[in-house]
Amino acid sequence: MKKTENDSPGLLKRIFRFYYEGFTNMSSWGRKVWIIIIIKLFLIFVVLKIFFFPDFLKSNYESDEQRSEYVLDQITKTPEADD
Amino acid sequence: MIETADLSLVDWSRAQFALTAMYHWLFVPLTLGLSFIVAIMETIYVKTGREEWKRMTRFWMTLFGINFAIGVATGIILEFEFGTNWSNYSWFVGDIFGAPLAIEGILAFFLESTFVAVMFFGWDKVSRKFHLISTWLVAVGANLSALWILVANAWMQNPVGMEFNPETARNEMVDFWAVLFNPVAVDKFLHTIFSGFLLGSVFVMGVSAWFLLKKREVWLSKMSILVSAIFGLLSSLMVAFTGDTSARTLAQVQPMKFAAMEALYEGSDDAGLVAFGILKKSEEKLGIEKEGHDFVTKINIPGLLSIMTGGSRDVFVPGIKDLLAVGDSARGIHSVEEMMARGAFASEILNDYKRARMMNDEEQIKILTDEFFSSKEFMNESFRYFGYASLNLPEEAVPNVPIAFYSFHIMVMLGFFFILVCVVALFLLFRDKLTGSKWFLWAAIISVPLVYIASELGWVVAEMGRQPWIIQDLMPVSVAVTKLSTGSVITTFILFALLFTALLAAEVSIMLKQIKTGPKH
Repeated sequence: MKKTENDSPGLLKRIFRFYYEGFTNMSSWGRKVWIIIIIKLFLIFVVLKIFFFPDFLKSNYESDEQRSEYVLDQITKTPEADD
Repeated sequence: MIETADLSLVDWSRAQFALTAMYHWLFVPLTLGLSFIVAIMETIYVKTGREEWKRMTRFWMTLFGINFAIGVATGIILEFEFGTNWSNYSWFVGDIFGAPLAIEGILAFFLESTFVAVMFFGWDKVSRKFHLISTWLVAVGANLSALWILVANAWMQNPVGMEFNPETARNEMVDFWAVLFNPVAVDKFLHTIFSGFLLGSVFVMGVSAWFLLKKREVWLSKMSILVSAIFGLLSSLMVAFTGDTSARTLAQVQPMKFAAMEALYEGSDDAGLVAFGILKKSEEKLGIEKEGHDFVTKINIPGLLSIMTGGSRDVFVPGIKDLLAVGDSARGIHSVEEMMARGAFASEILNDYKRARMMNDEEQIKILTDEFFSSKEFMNESFRYFGYASLNLPEEAVPNVPIAFYSFHIMVMLGFFFILVCVVALFLLFRDKLTGSKWFLWAAIISVPLVYIASELGWVVAEMGRQPWIIQDLMPVSVAVTKLSTGSVITTFILFALLFTALLAAEVSIMLKQIKTGPKH
């Protein structure tokens, strides 16, 4: 137990240093790829998700009961009723 | 209903999903295949200690890294689309889809992302063995990610291990193992990962062939071709084998898709397999308005379809017309007409339940729950075909036959072509004639786009072949779709097309630059 307590800050520091050195010594293709990843994640999670892809049932109905009522209604429509 | 619902909305929603799925799939199979090839190369390096193998490993690892990084998270968009464009479906599937996707996120994704860092940052910082284990774990993790997605997809093709809860209008998972070991999931997982291995192998052979044509990196290219041709040959044989077992499963659980893949309208025993064929519109229609098809010409292998599906030439293989009108009693397959009647009954009971719920009639709710929704007989004999209640005409259960037929046959032909490519590569390599065989080197380069086409066609067969269903027999796409404005779906379709094209262009450009630069000294 004592050994673990002594080791864990060192381990965390080593992990931090591992990533830090990895990112700072990255090759040119690695840097380009990371820029693309950051832009892509921003577009997907900020622009697309918030402005274009709201959860239809969550944003239009307040409770699960209302949502299930709506879906039940949708799936039990007969072909004639839809005409 | 399929013909009378807002077809443009359904079509655009499907087109949007298809676009994102197909673009996403441009990145995935290379990750699946190249990760294992890199792991094999690194294993040889660790075993032999030869620096040339380390150099080779690092070169292919760079290309793997570019593809992995550009492709990562592109699949998330599909999950957004479920909630926005396919909300009825998303609600109806309940936790069946959520559980495998959550496991994928927690287990495989973290496994991959942790050890990817060791793969790229860990050279000369961790021990050789630890680095090698990390590389293998990335390969295994990437393929495990695919497992959970494919399990979810297989459930849509063959829904098992769940019970429908009318109170929540959702399916609830009651048997996780039935979902995981769904026969379609097992076949689909094996067929897909081996096809990814094959794609990775063909990619490595193609790039190496380009180096050989340029008379650069001759030793590295030859050894890369050696590893990828052996790995590709074994994978392609497994693709053929798992394709055969998939066909047998399909014949049982999705017989209409199976018949469409073979353009088999009239069933028979001693049914032949069409090795090659060209279709034309038939004068005879299916039902009122659905077009049928005849062969202009075909090469038929007598009896093989019966043998493939049932192990004997005497086995009857039902055609599209048989499935519409009479089914296949030997395998317990009902006709579409029969399933429509059963589905209509299930829908009637669910409508009664809905009305009782609206009127807060607790007594009627209890009667309907006890007599029907808790009854295995009702669930297995009627509710199982619930989706057929949404069809107007039996022929609406028939997918687009030419698309299913041509996608399947071109994919199979390309599959056999890649077996040949791997065999010829090994033959020329062992005869030491590879560098002089320019025709083969060009064939290997041309195989790279072809293997992507084959891989995409596999999904076209799987997804277009099962139309009109989003969940086989339970829910057609026209019911699953969210009633949004078509214009908003067109807008997001265009946005995706732009985003993914930009990502693909970025990947191709960075990758081509790295290939031209070649391995570092």
